[in-house]
Amino acid sequence: MINKLWAFLFLSGSLYMMINGNYDELSKQILGSGKATLDLLIQIFPLISLWLGVMSIAKESGLLDKLARLIKPILILIFPDIPKNHESFGYISSNIVSNIFGLGNAATPFGIKAMESMQKLNKKKDTASRSMITFLIINTCGFTIVPTTIISLRLLYNSKNPEVIILPCIIVSFVSLLFGLFIDRIWSKKYE
Amino acid sequence: MSRFFIPLIVLFVILYGSIKKINVYDSFINGANEGIHMVRNMFPSLLAMIFAVNIFSNSGVLDLFFSFLKPLLLFLKIPFEIIPVAVLRPLSGSFGLGLLNDIYKVYGPDSHVGILSSVIQGSSDTTLYIISLYFGTIGIRKIRYALWVGLLADLFMVLISLILVPFLT
Repeated sequence: MINKLWAFLFLSGSLYMMINGNYDELSKQILGSGKATLDLLIQIFPLISLWLGVMSIAKESGLLDKLARLIKPILILIFPDIPKNHESFGYISSNIVSNIFGLGNAATPFGIKAMESMQKLNKKKDTASRSMITFLIINTCGFTIVPTTIISLRLLYNSKNPEVIILPCIIVSFVSLLFGLFIDRIWSKKYE
Repeated sequence: MSRFFIPLIVLFVILYGSIKKINVYDSFINGANEGIHMVRNMFPSLLAMIFAVNIFSNSGVLDLFFSFLKPLLLFLKIPFEIIPVAVLRPLSGSFGLGLLNDIYKVYGPDSHVGILSSVIQGSSDTTLYIISLYFGTIGIRKIRYALWVGLLADLFMVLISLILVPFLT
Protein backbone atom coordinates (compact mmCIF):
# COMPACT_ATOMS: atom_id res chain seq x y z
CA MET A 1 0.00 0.00 0.00
CA ILE A 2 2.67 2.43 1.06
CA ASN A 3 4.71 0.84 -1.70
CA LYS A 4 2.14 1.85 -4.35
CA LEU A 5 1.67 5.34 -2.97
CA TRP A 6 5.42 5.89 -2.89
CA ALA A 7 5.81 4.80 -6.52
CA PHE A 8 2.83 6.94 -7.51
CA LEU A 9 4.20 10.08 -5.84
CA PHE A 10 7.59 9.66 -7.46
CA LEU A 11 6.40 8.60 -10.93
CA SER A 12 3.63 11.18 -11.35
CA GLY A 13 5.88 13.99 -10.11
CA SER A 14 8.94 13.10 -12.15
CA LEU A 15 7.05 12.29 -15.38
CA TYR A 16 5.17 15.58 -15.16
CA MET A 17 8.42 17.47 -14.69
CA MET A 18 10.00 15.64 -17.64
CA ILE A 19 7.03 16.42 -19.91
CA ASN A 20 7.42 20.08 -19.01
CA GLY A 21 11.16 19.92 -19.66
CA ASN A 22 11.95 20.67 -16.03
CA TYR A 23 15.05 18.46 -15.96
CA ASP A 24 17.18 20.80 -13.88
CA GLU A 25 14.57 21.04 -11.13
CA LEU A 26 14.02 17.28 -11.19
CA SER A 27 17.66 16.38 -10.76
CA LYS A 28 17.96 19.05 -8.09
CA GLN A 29 15.11 17.42 -6.17
CA ILE A 30 16.48 13.90 -6.64
CA LEU A 31 19.98 14.75 -5.50
CA GLY A 32 18.85 17.16 -2.82
CA SER A 33 16.59 14.75 -0.94
CA GLY A 34 19.54 13.12 0.81
CA LYS A 35 20.67 16.44 2.21
CA ALA A 36 17.10 17.39 3.14
CA THR A 37 16.75 14.14 5.11
CA LEU A 38 20.09 14.61 6.85
CA ASP A 39 19.22 18.23 7.72
CA LEU A 40 15.99 17.07 9.31
CA LEU A 41 17.70 14.29 11.23
CA ILE A 42 20.45 16.62 12.42
CA GLN A 43 17.74 18.95 13.70
CA ILE A 44 15.85 16.27 15.60
CA PHE A 45 18.72 13.97 16.62
CA PRO A 46 19.87 16.01 19.65
CA LEU A 47 16.25 16.56 20.71
CA ILE A 48 15.49 12.87 20.49
CA SER A 49 18.57 11.98 22.55
CA LEU A 50 17.72 14.64 25.08
CA TRP A 51 14.13 13.46 25.48
CA LEU A 52 15.19 9.83 25.66
CA GLY A 53 17.59 10.80 28.44
CA VAL A 54 14.89 12.62 30.39
CA MET A 55 12.42 9.83 29.68
CA SER A 56 14.85 7.23 30.97
CA ILE A 57 14.84 9.06 34.32
CA ALA A 58 11.04 9.22 34.22
CA LYS A 59 10.88 5.49 33.57
CA GLU A 60 13.41 4.42 36.18
CA SER A 61 11.86 6.58 38.88
CA GLY A 62 8.42 5.10 38.26
CA LEU A 63 6.96 8.37 37.02
CA LEU A 64 6.01 6.90 33.65
CA ASP A 65 3.98 4.16 35.35
CA LYS A 66 2.19 6.75 37.45
CA LEU A 67 1.30 8.80 34.38
CA ALA A 68 0.15 5.71 32.56
CA ARG A 69 -2.13 4.72 35.45
CA LEU A 70 -3.87 8.08 35.16
CA ILE A 71 -5.19 7.68 31.60
CA LYS A 72 -5.08 3.88 31.58
CA PRO A 73 -8.83 3.28 31.97
CA ILE A 74 -9.39 4.99 28.62
CA LEU A 75 -6.38 3.34 26.97
CA ILE A 76 -7.50 -0.15 28.05
CA LEU A 77 -10.74 0.41 26.15
CA ILE A 78 -8.87 1.61 23.08
CA PHE A 79 -6.17 -1.11 23.18
CA PRO A 80 -7.87 -4.37 24.19
CA ASP A 81 -4.97 -6.51 22.83
CA ILE A 82 -2.31 -5.12 25.20
CA PRO A 83 -2.01 -6.87 28.60
CA LYS A 84 -3.16 -4.58 31.41
CA ASN A 85 0.24 -4.14 33.08
CA HIS A 86 2.37 -3.92 29.95
CA GLU A 87 5.02 -1.18 29.64
CA SER A 88 3.48 -0.05 26.32
CA PHE A 89 0.84 1.94 28.20
CA GLY A 90 3.52 4.18 29.74
CA TYR A 91 5.00 5.11 26.37
CA ILE A 92 1.63 5.45 24.66
CA SER A 93 0.35 7.82 27.34
CA SER A 94 3.55 9.93 27.27
CA ASN A 95 3.28 10.17 23.49
CA ILE A 96 -0.36 11.25 23.65
CA VAL A 97 0.27 13.80 26.41
CA SER A 98 3.19 15.36 24.48
CA ASN A 99 1.12 15.57 21.31
CA ILE A 100 -1.81 17.19 23.12
CA PHE A 101 0.53 19.94 24.34
CA GLY A 102 1.80 20.51 20.81
CA LEU A 103 5.26 19.02 21.36
CA GLY A 104 5.65 16.92 18.24
CA ASN A 105 9.42 16.55 18.65
CA ALA A 106 9.06 15.32 22.21
CA ALA A 107 6.31 12.92 21.19
CA THR A 108 8.32 11.10 18.50
CA PRO A 109 10.78 9.21 20.77
CA PHE A 110 7.92 8.16 23.09
CA GLY A 111 6.00 7.00 20.03
CA ILE A 112 8.88 4.90 18.72
CA LYS A 113 9.40 3.36 22.17
CA ALA A 114 5.68 2.57 22.23
CA MET A 115 5.96 0.87 18.84
CA GLU A 116 9.03 -1.11 19.96
CA SER A 117 7.26 -2.36 23.05
CA MET A 118 4.16 -3.30 21.02
CA GLN A 119 6.46 -5.13 18.61
CA LYS A 120 7.47 -7.39 21.54
CA LEU A 121 3.82 -8.49 21.79
CA ASN A 122 3.47 -8.86 18.03
CA LYS A 123 3.42 -12.43 16.70
CA LYS A 124 4.26 -11.68 13.07
CA LYS A 125 7.27 -9.37 13.21
CA ASP A 126 6.92 -7.96 9.67
CA THR A 127 3.18 -7.28 9.93
CA ALA A 128 1.47 -4.44 11.77
CA SER A 129 -0.58 -5.50 14.79
CA ARG A 130 -4.02 -4.11 15.54
CA SER A 131 -2.73 -2.13 18.55
CA MET A 132 0.01 -0.52 16.44
CA ILE A 133 -2.46 0.66 13.84
CA THR A 134 -4.81 2.07 16.48
CA PHE A 135 -1.86 3.88 18.07
CA LEU A 136 -0.77 5.40 14.75
CA ILE A 137 -4.33 6.52 13.99
CA ILE A 138 -4.32 8.45 17.28
CA ASN A 139 -1.07 10.06 16.14
CA THR A 140 -2.09 10.84 12.56
CA CYS A 141 -5.32 12.47 13.72
CA GLY A 142 -3.10 14.96 15.53
CA PHE A 143 -5.32 15.81 18.48
CA THR A 144 -3.83 18.91 20.07
CA ILE A 145 -4.87 21.81 22.26
CA VAL A 146 -2.03 24.13 21.21
CA PRO A 147 -1.19 24.25 17.49
CA THR A 148 2.04 26.12 18.32
CA THR A 149 3.64 26.46 14.88
CA ILE A 150 0.51 27.79 13.22
CA ILE A 151 -0.14 30.38 15.91
CA SER A 152 3.42 31.66 15.63
CA LEU A 153 3.10 31.84 11.84
CA ARG A 154 -0.15 33.80 12.22
CA LEU A 155 1.58 36.19 14.60
CA LEU A 156 4.33 36.66 12.04
CA TYR A 157 1.76 37.90 9.52
CA ASN A 158 0.21 40.34 12.02
CA SER A 159 -2.99 38.45 12.59
CA LYS A 160 -5.48 40.50 14.62
CA ASN A 161 -6.64 37.37 16.37
CA PRO A 162 -4.04 34.58 16.20
CA GLU A 163 -5.80 32.40 18.81
CA VAL A 164 -9.12 32.32 16.95
CA ILE A 165 -8.16 28.98 15.40
CA ILE A 166 -7.55 27.16 18.72
CA LEU A 167 -11.15 26.22 19.49
CA PRO A 168 -11.99 25.07 15.93
CA CYS A 169 -8.75 23.04 15.88
CA ILE A 170 -9.60 21.32 19.18
CA ILE A 171 -13.13 20.49 18.05
CA VAL A 172 -12.22 19.39 14.51
CA SER A 173 -9.24 17.25 15.57
CA PHE A 174 -11.22 15.65 18.40
CA VAL A 175 -14.15 14.78 16.13
CA SER A 176 -11.82 13.37 13.48
CA LEU A 177 -9.99 11.37 16.18
CA LEU A 178 -13.28 9.77 17.27
CA PHE A 179 -14.09 9.07 13.63
CA GLY A 180 -10.60 7.59 13.08
CA LEU A 181 -10.90 5.27 16.09
CA PHE A 182 -14.37 4.24 14.96
CA ILE A 183 -13.38 3.24 11.42
CA ASP A 184 -10.18 1.65 12.77
CA ARG A 185 -12.33 -0.64 14.93
CA ILE A 186 -14.62 -1.54 12.03
CA TRP A 187 -11.74 -2.14 9.63
CA SER A 188 -9.81 -4.34 12.07
CA LYS A 189 -12.85 -6.65 12.33
CA LYS A 190 -12.77 -7.11 8.56
CA TYR A 191 -9.14 -8.24 8.74
CA GLU A 192 -9.61 -10.91 11.41
CA MET B 1 1.31 27.39 27.48
CA SER B 2 3.91 25.15 25.86
CA ARG B 3 6.46 27.81 26.78
CA PHE B 4 6.14 26.70 30.41
CA PHE B 5 5.46 23.09 29.65
CA ILE B 6 8.93 22.06 28.45
CA PRO B 7 10.98 23.55 31.32
CA LEU B 8 8.45 22.38 33.89
CA ILE B 9 8.31 18.80 32.67
CA VAL B 10 12.12 18.49 32.57
CA LEU B 11 12.43 20.07 36.03
CA PHE B 12 9.73 17.85 37.43
CA VAL B 13 11.15 14.62 35.99
CA ILE B 14 14.69 15.23 37.27
CA LEU B 15 13.40 16.42 40.65
CA TYR B 16 11.17 13.36 40.96
CA GLY B 17 14.08 11.06 40.04
CA SER B 18 16.30 12.70 42.66
CA ILE B 19 13.63 12.36 45.35
CA LYS B 20 13.21 8.68 44.46
CA LYS B 21 17.02 8.40 44.90
CA ILE B 22 17.82 6.89 41.49
CA ASN B 23 21.11 7.74 39.71
CA VAL B 24 19.68 10.44 37.45
CA TYR B 25 22.97 11.08 35.64
CA ASP B 26 23.55 7.46 34.61
CA SER B 27 19.92 7.07 33.70
CA PHE B 28 20.05 10.13 31.44
CA ILE B 29 23.18 8.89 29.66
CA ASN B 30 21.70 5.44 29.07
CA GLY B 31 18.58 6.99 27.60
CA ALA B 32 20.44 9.48 25.41
CA ASN B 33 22.57 6.66 24.05
CA GLU B 34 19.45 5.03 22.62
CA GLY B 35 18.95 8.14 20.48
CA ILE B 36 21.80 7.11 18.17
CA HIS B 37 20.15 3.79 17.35
CA MET B 38 16.78 5.41 16.93
CA VAL B 39 18.01 8.02 14.46
CA ARG B 40 19.98 5.39 12.57
CA ASN B 41 16.80 3.30 12.20
CA MET B 42 14.79 6.33 11.11
CA PHE B 43 17.08 7.31 8.26
CA PRO B 44 16.09 4.93 5.39
CA SER B 45 12.31 5.36 5.64
CA LEU B 46 12.66 9.10 6.15
CA LEU B 47 14.91 9.42 3.10
CA ALA B 48 12.47 7.44 0.95
CA MET B 49 9.58 9.64 2.03
CA ILE B 50 11.31 12.98 1.57
CA PHE B 51 12.62 11.86 -1.81
CA ALA B 52 9.18 11.01 -3.25
CA VAL B 53 7.19 13.75 -1.53
CA ASN B 54 9.61 16.51 -2.58
CA ILE B 55 9.43 15.50 -6.23
CA PHE B 56 5.65 15.21 -6.13
CA SER B 57 5.11 18.53 -4.38
CA ASN B 58 7.53 20.53 -6.50
CA SER B 59 6.38 19.12 -9.85
CA GLY B 60 3.14 21.11 -10.07
CA VAL B 61 1.28 17.93 -10.99
CA LEU B 62 -1.19 18.63 -8.19
CA ASP B 63 -2.57 21.68 -10.02
CA LEU B 64 -3.20 19.46 -13.04
CA PHE B 65 -5.06 16.83 -10.99
CA PHE B 66 -7.32 19.36 -9.38
CA SER B 67 -8.00 21.84 -12.14
CA PHE B 68 -10.99 19.74 -13.24
CA LEU B 69 -12.46 20.09 -9.73
CA LYS B 70 -12.54 23.88 -9.99
CA PRO B 71 -16.14 24.34 -11.26
CA LEU B 72 -17.51 22.03 -8.56
CA LEU B 73 -15.65 23.87 -5.79
CA LEU B 74 -16.81 27.19 -7.15
CA PHE B 75 -20.38 25.92 -7.06
CA LEU B 76 -20.01 24.77 -3.43
CA LYS B 77 -18.34 28.09 -2.51
CA ILE B 78 -15.20 26.26 -1.35
CA PRO B 79 -12.05 28.28 -1.97
CA PHE B 80 -9.81 26.47 -4.46
CA GLU B 81 -6.67 27.47 -2.54
CA ILE B 82 -7.38 25.05 0.30
CA ILE B 83 -7.20 21.97 -1.96
CA PRO B 84 -3.37 21.80 -2.06
CA VAL B 85 -3.32 22.40 1.72
CA ALA B 86 -5.77 19.55 2.27
CA VAL B 87 -3.95 17.15 -0.08
CA LEU B 88 -0.40 17.90 1.05
CA ARG B 89 -1.20 18.02 4.77
CA PRO B 90 -1.02 14.21 5.22
CA LEU B 91 2.08 13.99 2.99
CA SER B 92 4.47 16.59 4.31
CA GLY B 93 4.58 18.90 7.29
CA SER B 94 7.01 21.40 5.85
CA PHE B 95 5.08 21.69 2.57
CA GLY B 96 1.86 22.31 4.43
CA LEU B 97 3.53 25.12 6.34
CA GLY B 98 5.00 26.53 3.13
CA LEU B 99 1.54 26.66 1.55
CA LEU B 100 0.08 28.25 4.66
CA ASN B 101 2.80 30.87 4.47
CA ASP B 102 1.82 31.68 0.85
CA ILE B 103 -1.87 31.93 1.71
CA TYR B 104 -1.22 34.29 4.63
CA LYS B 105 0.93 36.42 2.35
CA VAL B 106 -1.70 36.71 -0.38
CA TYR B 107 -5.01 36.66 1.52
CA GLY B 108 -3.97 37.52 5.07
CA PRO B 109 -4.16 35.26 8.14
CA ASP B 110 -7.62 36.50 9.18
CA SER B 111 -9.34 35.94 5.82
CA HIS B 112 -11.76 33.03 5.39
CA VAL B 113 -9.19 31.09 3.32
CA GLY B 114 -6.50 31.90 5.88
CA ILE B 115 -8.50 30.64 8.83
CA LEU B 116 -9.81 27.59 7.00
CA SER B 117 -6.35 26.48 5.93
CA SER B 118 -4.98 27.16 9.44
CA VAL B 119 -7.62 24.87 10.93
CA ILE B 120 -6.96 22.15 8.35
CA GLN B 121 -3.23 22.37 9.01
CA GLY B 122 -3.68 22.46 12.80
CA SER B 123 -6.23 19.68 13.16
CA SER B 124 -4.24 16.86 11.65
CA ASP B 125 -0.75 15.47 11.46
CA THR B 126 1.53 14.23 8.70
CA THR B 127 -0.14 10.85 8.25
CA LEU B 128 2.22 9.44 5.62
CA TYR B 129 5.33 10.55 7.52
CA ILE B 130 4.12 9.10 10.82
CA ILE B 131 3.12 5.78 9.28
CA SER B 132 6.31 5.29 7.28
CA LEU B 133 8.58 6.53 10.08
CA TYR B 134 7.11 4.48 12.92
CA PHE B 135 6.63 1.28 10.96
CA GLY B 136 9.96 1.70 9.18
CA THR B 137 11.89 2.18 12.43
CA ILE B 138 10.68 -1.10 13.96
CA GLY B 139 10.96 -3.00 10.67
CA ILE B 140 7.32 -3.54 9.76
CA ARG B 141 6.68 -4.02 6.04
CA LYS B 142 3.04 -5.06 5.93
CA ILE B 143 1.07 -2.13 7.28
CA ARG B 144 -2.37 -3.62 6.43
CA TYR B 145 -5.18 -1.05 6.64
CA ALA B 146 -3.24 1.64 8.57
CA LEU B 147 -2.80 4.08 5.69
CA TRP B 148 -6.40 3.83 4.51
CA VAL B 149 -7.85 4.54 7.92
CA GLY B 150 -5.41 7.42 8.44
CA LEU B 151 -6.18 9.05 5.10
CA LEU B 152 -9.93 8.53 5.49
CA ALA B 153 -9.80 10.27 8.88
CA ASP B 154 -7.89 13.13 7.20
CA LEU B 155 -10.54 13.46 4.49
CA PHE B 156 -13.22 13.49 7.17
CA MET B 157 -11.25 16.19 9.02
CA VAL B 158 -11.25 18.43 5.93
CA LEU B 159 -15.01 18.00 5.45
CA ILE B 160 -15.68 18.77 9.13
CA SER B 161 -13.50 21.89 8.89
CA LEU B 162 -15.42 23.12 5.82
CA ILE B 163 -18.70 22.67 7.66
CA LEU B 164 -17.74 23.88 11.14
CA VAL B 165 -15.30 26.75 10.56
CA PRO B 166 -17.97 29.26 9.39
CA PHE B 167 -19.89 28.64 12.64
CA LEU B 168 -16.93 28.68 14.98
CA THR B 169 -15.17 31.85 13.89
